[in-house]
Amino acid sequence: MNMGMVFALMGAALATALPGIGSAWGVGIAGQAAAGVVSEDPEQFAKVLLLQLLPGTQGIYGLLVAFITLSNIGILGGNPVADTATGMLYLFACLPIALVGLISAYHQGRTSVASIGLIAKKPDQFGKAMLFPAMVETYAILALLISILSVSGI
Amino acid sequence: MRDLDYIYAVARIRVKEKSLLSDDDIRRMAGMEDCREILNALSDRGWGDGSLEDDDGNRMLEVEEKKTADLMKELKADPEIFRVLSFPRLYHNLKAGIRELCTAEPPDHLYYDIEGFGKEDVCRILREKDYTALPEHMRKTAQRAQEAMLRTQDGQKCDLIIDRGCLDACEKAGRESGIPLLEEYEESCVAVTDIKIAVRAQKTGKDLKFLKEALAPCRTLNTDILAAAAVSGEISLRDYLTGHGFAEAAEALKDSPSAFERWCDNRIIDAILPQKRNSVSAGPLIAYYLARENEIRMIRILLTAKANGFSEENIRKRIRKMYG
Repeated sequence: MNMGMVFALMGAALATALPGIGSAWGVGIAGQAAAGVVSEDPEQFAKVLLLQLLPGTQGIYGLLVAFITLSNIGILGGNPVADTATGMLYLFACLPIALVGLISAYHQGRTSVASIGLIAKKPDQFGKAMLFPAMVETYAILALLISILSVSGI
Repeated sequence: MRDLDYIYAVARIRVKEKSLLSDDDIRRMAGMEDCREILNALSDRGWGDGSLEDDDGNRMLEVEEKKTADLMKELKADPEIFRVLSFPRLYHNLKAGIRELCTAEPPDHLYYDIEGFGKEDVCRILREKDYTALPEHMRKTAQRAQEAMLRTQDGQKCDLIIDRGCLDACEKAGRESGIPLLEEYEESCVAVTDIKIAVRAQKTGKDLKFLKEALAPCRTLNTDILAAAAVSGEISLRDYLTGHGFAEAAEALKDSPSAFERWCDNRIIDAILPQKRNSVSAGPLIAYYLARENEIRMIRILLTAKANGFSEENIRKRIRKMYG
Protein backbone atom coordinates (compact mmCIF):
# COMPACT_ATOMS: atom_id res chain seq x y z
CA MET A 1 0.00 0.00 0.00
CA ASN A 2 1.42 3.41 -0.94
CA MET A 3 1.39 6.63 1.05
CA GLY A 4 -1.38 8.06 -1.12
CA MET A 5 -3.71 5.33 0.04
CA VAL A 6 -2.70 6.00 3.67
CA PHE A 7 -3.55 9.70 3.37
CA ALA A 8 -6.85 8.99 1.62
CA LEU A 9 -7.87 6.53 4.31
CA MET A 10 -6.79 8.99 6.99
CA GLY A 11 -9.16 11.54 5.41
CA ALA A 12 -12.05 9.05 5.49
CA ALA A 13 -11.22 8.13 9.10
CA LEU A 14 -11.12 11.77 10.22
CA ALA A 15 -14.38 12.52 8.40
CA THR A 16 -16.05 9.76 10.39
CA ALA A 17 -14.32 10.15 13.73
CA LEU A 18 -14.28 13.89 14.44
CA PRO A 19 -17.90 14.78 13.60
CA GLY A 20 -18.88 11.51 15.30
CA ILE A 21 -17.14 12.61 18.51
CA GLY A 22 -18.80 16.03 18.33
CA SER A 23 -22.22 14.52 17.68
CA ALA A 24 -21.88 12.00 20.51
CA TRP A 25 -21.01 14.85 22.87
CA GLY A 26 -23.78 17.13 21.61
CA VAL A 27 -26.49 14.46 21.61
CA GLY A 28 -25.27 13.36 25.05
CA ILE A 29 -25.61 16.71 26.79
CA ALA A 30 -28.85 17.52 24.99
CA GLY A 31 -30.11 14.12 26.14
CA GLN A 32 -29.34 14.96 29.75
CA ALA A 33 -31.29 18.18 29.46
CA ALA A 34 -34.14 16.39 27.65
CA ALA A 35 -34.31 13.76 30.39
CA GLY A 36 -34.49 16.52 33.00
CA VAL A 37 -37.47 18.14 31.26
CA VAL A 38 -39.30 14.85 30.60
CA SER A 39 -38.88 13.77 34.23
CA GLU A 40 -40.96 16.80 35.26
CA ASP A 41 -43.17 17.19 32.19
CA PRO A 42 -43.46 13.97 30.10
CA GLU A 43 -45.70 15.72 27.55
CA GLN A 44 -42.67 17.52 26.15
CA PHE A 45 -41.00 14.27 25.07
CA ALA A 46 -41.46 14.68 21.29
CA LYS A 47 -40.30 18.29 21.29
CA VAL A 48 -37.16 17.75 23.33
CA LEU A 49 -36.32 14.57 21.40
CA LEU A 50 -36.14 16.56 18.16
CA LEU A 51 -33.87 19.09 19.82
CA GLN A 52 -31.69 16.32 21.18
CA LEU A 53 -31.27 14.79 17.71
CA LEU A 54 -30.12 17.98 15.99
CA PRO A 55 -26.43 17.71 16.99
CA GLY A 56 -26.44 14.13 15.68
CA THR A 57 -26.51 15.17 12.01
CA GLN A 58 -22.81 16.04 11.84
CA GLY A 59 -21.90 12.41 12.50
CA ILE A 60 -24.12 11.40 9.56
CA TYR A 61 -22.52 14.02 7.29
CA GLY A 62 -19.06 12.73 8.18
CA LEU A 63 -20.14 9.18 7.48
CA LEU A 64 -21.51 10.23 4.09
CA VAL A 65 -18.23 11.89 3.06
CA ALA A 66 -16.29 8.85 4.29
CA PHE A 67 -18.49 6.55 2.17
CA ILE A 68 -17.97 8.65 -0.95
CA THR A 69 -14.24 8.71 -0.30
CA LEU A 70 -14.04 4.94 0.25
CA SER A 71 -16.09 4.44 -2.94
CA ASN A 72 -13.54 6.47 -4.89
CA ILE A 73 -10.27 5.05 -3.58
CA GLY A 74 -10.67 1.36 -4.29
CA ILE A 75 -11.99 0.23 -0.91
CA LEU A 76 -15.70 0.06 -1.76
CA GLY A 77 -15.25 0.80 -5.45
CA GLY A 78 -13.32 3.01 -7.89
CA ASN A 79 -9.60 2.82 -8.51
CA PRO A 80 -6.92 2.62 -5.80
CA VAL A 81 -5.03 5.85 -5.15
CA ALA A 82 -1.89 5.73 -7.24
CA ASP A 83 0.26 8.48 -5.71
CA THR A 84 0.87 10.51 -2.57
CA ALA A 85 -0.43 13.77 -4.07
CA THR A 86 -3.85 12.27 -4.84
CA GLY A 87 -4.01 10.78 -1.35
CA MET A 88 -3.27 14.21 0.11
CA LEU A 89 -6.05 15.67 -2.02
CA TYR A 90 -8.54 13.21 -0.50
CA LEU A 91 -7.26 14.03 3.00
CA PHE A 92 -7.73 17.77 2.50
CA ALA A 93 -11.11 17.24 0.84
CA CYS A 94 -12.29 15.43 3.97
CA LEU A 95 -11.01 18.06 6.40
CA PRO A 96 -13.85 20.62 6.08
CA ILE A 97 -16.54 18.24 7.33
CA ALA A 98 -14.12 16.65 9.83
CA LEU A 99 -13.25 19.92 11.56
CA VAL A 100 -16.46 21.90 11.07
CA GLY A 101 -18.48 18.82 12.01
CA LEU A 102 -16.64 18.44 15.31
CA ILE A 103 -16.90 22.09 16.32
CA SER A 104 -20.45 22.68 15.09
CA ALA A 105 -21.77 19.55 16.84
CA TYR A 106 -20.23 20.77 20.11
CA HIS A 107 -21.86 24.17 19.81
CA GLN A 108 -25.14 22.78 18.50
CA GLY A 109 -25.27 20.54 21.56
CA ARG A 110 -24.93 23.50 23.87
CA THR A 111 -27.49 25.51 21.90
CA SER A 112 -29.87 22.55 22.04
CA VAL A 113 -29.49 22.45 25.82
CA ALA A 114 -30.43 26.11 26.00
CA SER A 115 -33.41 25.55 23.66
CA ILE A 116 -34.58 22.59 25.74
CA GLY A 117 -34.52 24.98 28.71
CA LEU A 118 -36.70 27.32 26.66
CA ILE A 119 -39.17 24.49 25.91
CA ALA A 120 -39.20 23.63 29.63
CA LYS A 121 -40.45 27.11 30.49
CA LYS A 122 -42.44 27.94 27.35
CA PRO A 123 -43.54 24.79 25.49
CA ASP A 124 -45.50 26.89 22.97
CA GLN A 125 -42.24 28.42 21.69
CA PHE A 126 -41.05 25.20 20.03
CA GLY A 127 -40.68 26.75 16.56
CA LYS A 128 -38.35 29.45 17.82
CA ALA A 129 -36.48 27.03 20.05
CA MET A 130 -35.75 24.81 17.03
CA LEU A 131 -34.35 27.71 15.02
CA PHE A 132 -31.45 28.48 17.37
CA PRO A 133 -29.65 25.15 17.11
CA ALA A 134 -30.71 24.85 13.46
CA MET A 135 -28.70 27.98 12.67
CA VAL A 136 -25.54 26.16 13.75
CA GLU A 137 -26.40 23.40 11.28
CA THR A 138 -25.85 25.84 8.38
CA TYR A 139 -22.11 25.69 8.77
CA ALA A 140 -22.00 21.92 8.96
CA ILE A 141 -24.00 21.80 5.70
CA LEU A 142 -21.63 24.23 4.01
CA ALA A 143 -18.66 22.10 5.04
CA LEU A 144 -20.45 18.95 3.89
CA LEU A 145 -21.06 20.49 0.45
CA ILE A 146 -17.42 21.48 0.03
CA SER A 147 -16.18 18.07 1.14
CA ILE A 148 -18.55 16.22 -1.21
CA LEU A 149 -17.71 18.49 -4.18
CA SER A 150 -13.98 18.16 -3.49
CA VAL A 151 -13.97 14.38 -3.05
CA SER A 152 -16.15 13.93 -6.14
CA GLY A 153 -13.96 16.25 -8.19
CA ILE A 154 -10.66 14.51 -7.55
CA MET B 1 -18.80 19.12 40.23
CA ARG B 2 -18.23 20.75 36.85
CA ASP B 3 -20.77 23.15 35.37
CA LEU B 4 -21.74 20.64 32.68
CA ASP B 5 -22.66 18.09 35.34
CA TYR B 6 -25.68 20.24 36.16
CA ILE B 7 -27.41 20.04 32.75
CA TYR B 8 -30.01 17.48 33.86
CA ALA B 9 -30.66 19.28 37.15
CA VAL B 10 -30.99 22.69 35.49
CA ALA B 11 -33.48 21.32 32.93
CA ARG B 12 -35.63 19.99 35.79
CA ILE B 13 -35.37 23.30 37.59
CA ARG B 14 -36.53 25.13 34.44
CA VAL B 15 -39.78 23.15 34.53
CA LYS B 16 -40.13 23.72 38.28
CA GLU B 17 -39.64 27.46 37.84
CA LYS B 18 -42.97 27.60 36.01
CA SER B 19 -44.78 26.90 39.26
CA LEU B 20 -43.01 29.63 41.25
CA LEU B 21 -45.23 32.45 42.40
CA SER B 22 -45.00 35.60 40.30
CA ASP B 23 -45.39 39.24 41.34
CA ASP B 24 -48.97 39.13 40.00
CA ASP B 25 -49.80 36.03 42.07
CA ILE B 26 -48.61 37.73 45.23
CA ARG B 27 -50.50 40.94 44.43
CA ARG B 28 -53.65 38.87 43.85
CA MET B 29 -53.19 37.10 47.18
CA ALA B 30 -52.71 40.42 48.93
CA GLY B 31 -56.21 41.32 47.79
CA MET B 32 -57.77 38.14 49.16
CA GLU B 33 -60.24 38.18 52.00
CA ASP B 34 -58.39 36.19 54.65
CA CYS B 35 -55.69 33.58 55.40
CA ARG B 36 -58.06 30.75 54.46
CA GLU B 37 -58.52 32.09 50.94
CA ILE B 38 -54.74 32.44 50.49
CA LEU B 39 -54.14 28.91 51.76
CA ASN B 40 -56.83 27.57 49.42
CA ALA B 41 -55.22 29.36 46.48
CA LEU B 42 -51.83 27.89 47.43
CA SER B 43 -53.34 24.45 47.87
CA ASP B 44 -54.81 24.68 44.35
CA ARG B 45 -51.30 25.33 43.08
CA GLY B 46 -50.02 22.16 44.72
CA TRP B 47 -48.70 23.64 47.95
CA GLY B 48 -48.82 21.46 51.05
CA ASP B 49 -49.32 17.71 50.92
CA GLY B 50 -53.04 17.70 50.25
CA SER B 51 -53.89 16.74 53.82
CA LEU B 52 -56.67 18.28 55.89
CA GLU B 53 -54.07 20.01 57.99
CA ASP B 54 -53.20 22.25 55.06
CA ASP B 55 -55.38 24.94 56.57
CA ASP B 56 -52.52 25.42 59.03
CA GLY B 57 -50.28 27.93 57.27
CA ASN B 58 -47.16 27.07 59.25
CA ARG B 59 -47.50 23.41 58.48
CA MET B 60 -48.02 24.08 54.78
CA LEU B 61 -44.90 26.24 54.68
CA GLU B 62 -42.92 23.56 56.52
CA VAL B 63 -44.03 21.01 53.93
CA GLU B 64 -42.93 23.34 51.15
CA GLU B 65 -39.53 23.88 52.77
CA LYS B 66 -39.09 20.13 53.00
CA LYS B 67 -40.10 19.67 49.36
CA THR B 68 -37.39 22.11 48.26
CA ALA B 69 -34.76 20.46 50.45
CA ASP B 70 -35.74 17.01 49.13
CA LEU B 71 -35.57 18.22 45.53
CA MET B 72 -32.07 19.59 46.05
CA LYS B 73 -30.96 16.28 47.54
CA GLU B 74 -32.53 14.40 44.64
CA LEU B 75 -30.71 16.59 42.12
CA LYS B 76 -27.42 15.72 43.83
CA ALA B 77 -26.17 19.28 43.84
CA ASP B 78 -22.76 19.89 45.38
CA PRO B 79 -23.40 19.50 49.15
CA GLU B 80 -20.99 22.37 49.78
CA ILE B 81 -23.53 24.79 48.29
CA PHE B 82 -26.26 23.88 50.73
CA ARG B 83 -23.84 23.63 53.60
CA VAL B 84 -23.00 27.30 53.02
CA LEU B 85 -26.64 28.31 52.55
CA SER B 86 -27.58 26.55 55.78
CA PHE B 87 -25.26 28.68 57.93
CA PRO B 88 -27.96 31.15 59.07
CA ARG B 89 -30.12 28.24 60.32
CA LEU B 90 -27.21 26.62 62.13
CA TYR B 91 -26.40 29.87 63.88
CA HIS B 92 -30.07 30.39 64.65
CA ASN B 93 -30.16 27.01 66.42
CA LEU B 94 -26.99 27.92 68.29
CA LYS B 95 -28.60 31.15 69.44
CA ALA B 96 -31.75 29.32 70.56
CA GLY B 97 -29.66 26.70 72.37
CA ILE B 98 -27.66 29.24 74.34
CA ARG B 99 -30.83 31.10 75.29
CA GLU B 100 -32.50 27.89 76.36
CA LEU B 101 -29.61 26.78 78.55
CA CYS B 102 -28.85 30.14 80.07
CA THR B 103 -32.35 31.60 80.42
CA ALA B 104 -35.97 30.42 80.57
CA GLU B 105 -36.82 27.59 78.17
CA PRO B 106 -38.18 28.77 74.80
CA PRO B 107 -40.83 26.79 72.88
CA ASP B 108 -39.67 24.01 70.56
CA HIS B 109 -40.56 25.76 67.33
CA LEU B 110 -37.73 28.25 67.83
CA TYR B 111 -35.36 25.59 66.51
CA TYR B 112 -34.95 24.62 62.90
CA ASP B 113 -35.20 20.90 62.35
CA ILE B 114 -31.68 20.18 61.05
CA GLU B 115 -30.28 16.68 60.80
CA GLY B 116 -27.44 16.37 63.32
CA PHE B 117 -27.95 19.90 64.58
CA GLY B 118 -31.46 19.98 65.99
CA LYS B 119 -32.55 21.01 69.45
CA GLU B 120 -31.21 17.90 71.22
CA ASP B 121 -27.80 18.04 69.53
CA VAL B 122 -27.26 21.75 70.13
CA CYS B 123 -28.29 21.54 73.78
CA ARG B 124 -26.05 18.54 74.42
CA ILE B 125 -23.03 20.25 72.82
CA LEU B 126 -23.59 23.45 74.80
CA ARG B 127 -24.33 21.67 78.06
CA GLU B 128 -21.13 19.61 77.78
CA LYS B 129 -19.24 22.54 76.24
CA ASP B 130 -18.11 20.09 73.58
CA TYR B 131 -17.35 22.79 71.01
CA THR B 132 -15.27 20.42 68.88
CA ALA B 133 -18.55 18.73 67.91
CA LEU B 134 -19.56 21.95 66.16
CA PRO B 135 -18.57 22.87 62.61
CA GLU B 136 -15.15 24.52 62.71
CA HIS B 137 -16.39 27.98 61.68
CA MET B 138 -18.77 27.96 64.65
CA ARG B 139 -16.57 26.85 67.53
CA LYS B 140 -15.03 30.14 68.67
CA THR B 141 -18.29 32.00 68.18
CA ALA B 142 -20.23 29.45 70.22
CA GLN B 143 -17.69 29.51 73.03
CA ARG B 144 -17.56 33.31 73.13
CA ALA B 145 -21.33 33.68 73.00
CA GLN B 146 -22.01 31.08 75.69
CA GLU B 147 -19.36 32.52 78.01
CA ALA B 148 -20.71 36.05 77.48
CA MET B 149 -24.26 34.88 78.19
CA LEU B 150 -23.26 33.00 81.35
CA ARG B 151 -21.16 35.90 82.58
CA THR B 152 -23.48 38.81 81.78
CA GLN B 153 -26.94 37.29 81.08
CA ASP B 154 -27.02 39.87 78.29
CA GLY B 155 -29.03 38.30 75.47
CA GLN B 156 -28.31 41.16 73.11
CA LYS B 157 -24.55 40.76 73.54
CA CYS B 158 -24.88 37.03 72.90
CA ASP B 159 -26.95 37.65 69.74
CA LEU B 160 -24.41 40.21 68.57
CA ILE B 161 -21.54 37.70 68.82
CA ILE B 162 -23.49 34.95 67.05
CA ASP B 163 -24.81 37.20 64.29
CA ARG B 164 -21.34 38.53 63.60
CA GLY B 165 -19.92 35.00 63.62
CA CYS B 166 -22.59 33.95 61.13
CA LEU B 167 -21.88 36.88 58.79
CA ASP B 168 -18.14 36.23 58.87
CA ALA B 169 -18.65 32.53 58.19
CA CYS B 170 -21.06 33.22 55.29
CA GLU B 171 -18.73 35.75 53.69
CA LYS B 172 -15.69 33.48 53.98
CA ALA B 173 -17.53 30.36 52.77
CA GLY B 174 -19.02 32.23 49.80
CA ARG B 175 -15.62 33.64 48.85
CA GLU B 176 -13.94 30.25 49.07
CA SER B 177 -16.73 28.28 47.35
CA GLY B 178 -15.48 28.98 43.81
CA ILE B 179 -19.11 29.33 42.69
CA PRO B 180 -19.64 32.88 41.37
CA LEU B 181 -23.34 33.09 42.30
CA LEU B 182 -22.74 31.82 45.81
CA GLU B 183 -19.91 34.29 46.27
CA GLU B 184 -22.05 37.16 44.99
CA TYR B 185 -25.05 36.07 47.05
CA GLU B 186 -23.13 35.81 50.31
CA GLU B 187 -21.40 39.12 49.64
CA SER B 188 -24.79 40.74 48.99
CA CYS B 189 -26.27 39.18 52.12
CA VAL B 190 -23.44 40.43 54.31
CA ALA B 191 -23.56 43.94 52.80
CA VAL B 192 -27.34 44.17 53.15
CA THR B 193 -27.23 42.85 56.72
CA ASP B 194 -24.50 45.37 57.59
CA ILE B 195 -26.69 48.15 56.25
CA LYS B 196 -29.67 46.83 58.23
CA ILE B 197 -27.57 46.73 61.39
CA ALA B 198 -26.30 50.26 60.79
CA VAL B 199 -29.85 51.54 60.20
CA ARG B 200 -31.23 49.89 63.34
CA ALA B 201 -28.23 51.00 65.41
CA GLN B 202 -28.70 54.56 64.20
CA LYS B 203 -32.40 54.50 65.12
CA THR B 204 -31.72 53.05 68.58
CA GLY B 205 -28.74 55.29 69.27
CA LYS B 206 -26.04 52.61 69.56
CA ASP B 207 -22.44 53.72 69.91
CA LEU B 208 -19.44 53.22 67.62
CA LYS B 209 -18.08 50.33 69.71
CA PHE B 210 -21.30 48.36 69.22
CA LEU B 211 -21.28 48.99 65.49
CA LYS B 212 -17.64 47.98 65.08
CA GLU B 213 -18.38 44.71 66.84
CA ALA B 214 -21.55 44.06 64.87
CA LEU B 215 -20.56 44.98 61.31
CA ALA B 216 -18.86 42.23 59.32
CA PRO B 217 -16.23 43.33 56.79
CA CYS B 218 -17.09 42.72 53.13
CA ARG B 219 -15.83 43.89 49.74
CA THR B 220 -18.82 46.11 48.95
CA LEU B 221 -18.74 48.27 52.07
CA ASN B 222 -16.20 50.04 54.20
CA THR B 223 -17.59 49.11 57.60
CA ASP B 224 -15.52 51.70 59.48
CA ILE B 225 -17.02 54.54 57.44
CA LEU B 226 -20.48 52.96 57.59
CA ALA B 227 -20.25 52.73 61.40
CA ALA B 228 -19.08 56.34 61.67
CA ALA B 229 -21.91 57.47 59.36
CA ALA B 230 -24.50 55.58 61.42
CA VAL B 231 -23.26 57.19 64.62
CA SER B 232 -23.40 60.65 63.01
CA GLY B 233 -27.10 60.36 62.19
CA GLU B 234 -29.60 59.33 59.55
CA ILE B 235 -28.60 61.99 57.02
CA SER B 236 -24.92 60.96 57.18
CA LEU B 237 -25.93 57.34 56.83
CA ARG B 238 -28.10 58.09 53.80
CA ASP B 239 -25.28 60.16 52.26
CA TYR B 240 -22.84 57.30 52.73
CA LEU B 241 -25.24 54.82 51.12
CA THR B 242 -25.98 57.17 48.21
CA GLY B 243 -22.28 57.69 47.54
CA HIS B 244 -21.38 54.01 47.68
CA GLY B 245 -23.76 52.36 45.23
CA PHE B 246 -26.73 52.02 47.58
CA ALA B 247 -28.76 55.03 46.48
CA GLU B 248 -31.94 52.92 46.32
CA ALA B 249 -31.39 51.87 49.94
CA ALA B 250 -31.05 55.50 50.95
CA GLU B 251 -34.27 56.37 49.10
CA ALA B 252 -36.10 53.46 50.71
CA LEU B 253 -34.80 54.46 54.10
CA LYS B 254 -36.13 57.95 53.54
CA ASP B 255 -39.49 56.51 52.51
CA SER B 256 -40.29 54.13 55.39
CA PRO B 257 -38.86 51.23 57.43
CA SER B 258 -40.99 48.73 55.49
CA ALA B 259 -39.73 50.16 52.18
CA PHE B 260 -36.19 49.68 53.44
CA GLU B 261 -36.86 46.07 54.50
CA ARG B 262 -38.38 45.47 51.07
CA TRP B 263 -35.28 46.89 49.38
CA CYS B 264 -33.09 44.53 51.42
CA ASP B 265 -34.99 41.44 50.21
CA ASN B 266 -35.32 42.71 46.64
CA ARG B 267 -31.59 43.26 46.37
CA ILE B 268 -31.01 39.57 47.05
CA ILE B 269 -33.53 38.59 44.36
CA ASP B 270 -31.84 40.99 41.91
CA ALA B 271 -28.56 39.15 42.52
CA ILE B 272 -30.05 35.82 41.45
CA LEU B 273 -32.26 36.97 38.52
CA PRO B 274 -29.53 36.50 35.84
CA GLN B 275 -29.61 32.76 36.61
CA LYS B 276 -32.82 32.53 34.59
CA ARG B 277 -30.61 32.71 31.50
CA ASN B 278 -27.97 30.26 32.68
CA SER B 279 -28.33 26.66 31.54
CA VAL B 280 -25.14 24.90 32.59
CA SER B 281 -24.04 25.46 36.17
CA ALA B 282 -25.11 25.18 39.78
CA GLY B 283 -26.35 28.80 39.62
CA PRO B 284 -29.97 28.05 38.61
CA LEU B 285 -30.26 25.47 41.42
CA ILE B 286 -29.06 27.96 44.00
CA ALA B 287 -31.35 30.61 42.52
CA TYR B 288 -34.35 28.26 42.66
CA TYR B 289 -33.59 27.34 46.27
CA LEU B 290 -33.34 31.00 47.24
CA ALA B 291 -36.44 31.86 45.21
CA ARG B 292 -38.40 29.21 47.11
CA GLU B 293 -37.14 30.60 50.41
CA ASN B 294 -38.19 34.05 49.26
CA GLU B 295 -41.70 32.98 48.28
CA ILE B 296 -42.18 31.07 51.54
CA ARG B 297 -41.05 34.18 53.43
CA MET B 298 -43.45 36.29 51.34
CA ILE B 299 -46.38 33.98 52.06
CA ARG B 300 -45.50 34.09 55.76
CA ILE B 301 -45.62 37.90 55.59
CA LEU B 302 -49.01 37.77 53.81
CA LEU B 303 -50.50 35.32 56.30
CA THR B 304 -49.24 37.30 59.29
CA ALA B 305 -50.52 40.56 57.80
CA LYS B 306 -53.95 39.05 57.04
CA ALA B 307 -54.15 37.46 60.49
CA ASN B 308 -53.44 40.85 62.05
CA GLY B 309 -56.03 42.64 59.93
CA PHE B 310 -53.64 44.79 57.85
CA SER B 311 -55.32 46.65 55.02
CA GLU B 312 -54.63 45.60 51.43
CA GLU B 313 -52.77 48.84 50.83
CA ASN B 314 -50.50 48.20 53.81
CA ILE B 315 -49.82 44.67 52.68
CA ARG B 316 -48.96 45.79 49.14
CA LYS B 317 -46.28 48.07 50.59
CA ARG B 318 -44.61 44.99 52.05
CA ILE B 319 -44.69 42.90 48.87
CA ARG B 320 -41.25 41.76 47.72
CA LYS B 321 -40.02 41.14 44.21
CA MET B 322 -40.48 37.51 43.18
CA TYR B 323 -38.15 35.35 41.07
CA GLY B 324 -40.97 33.48 39.29
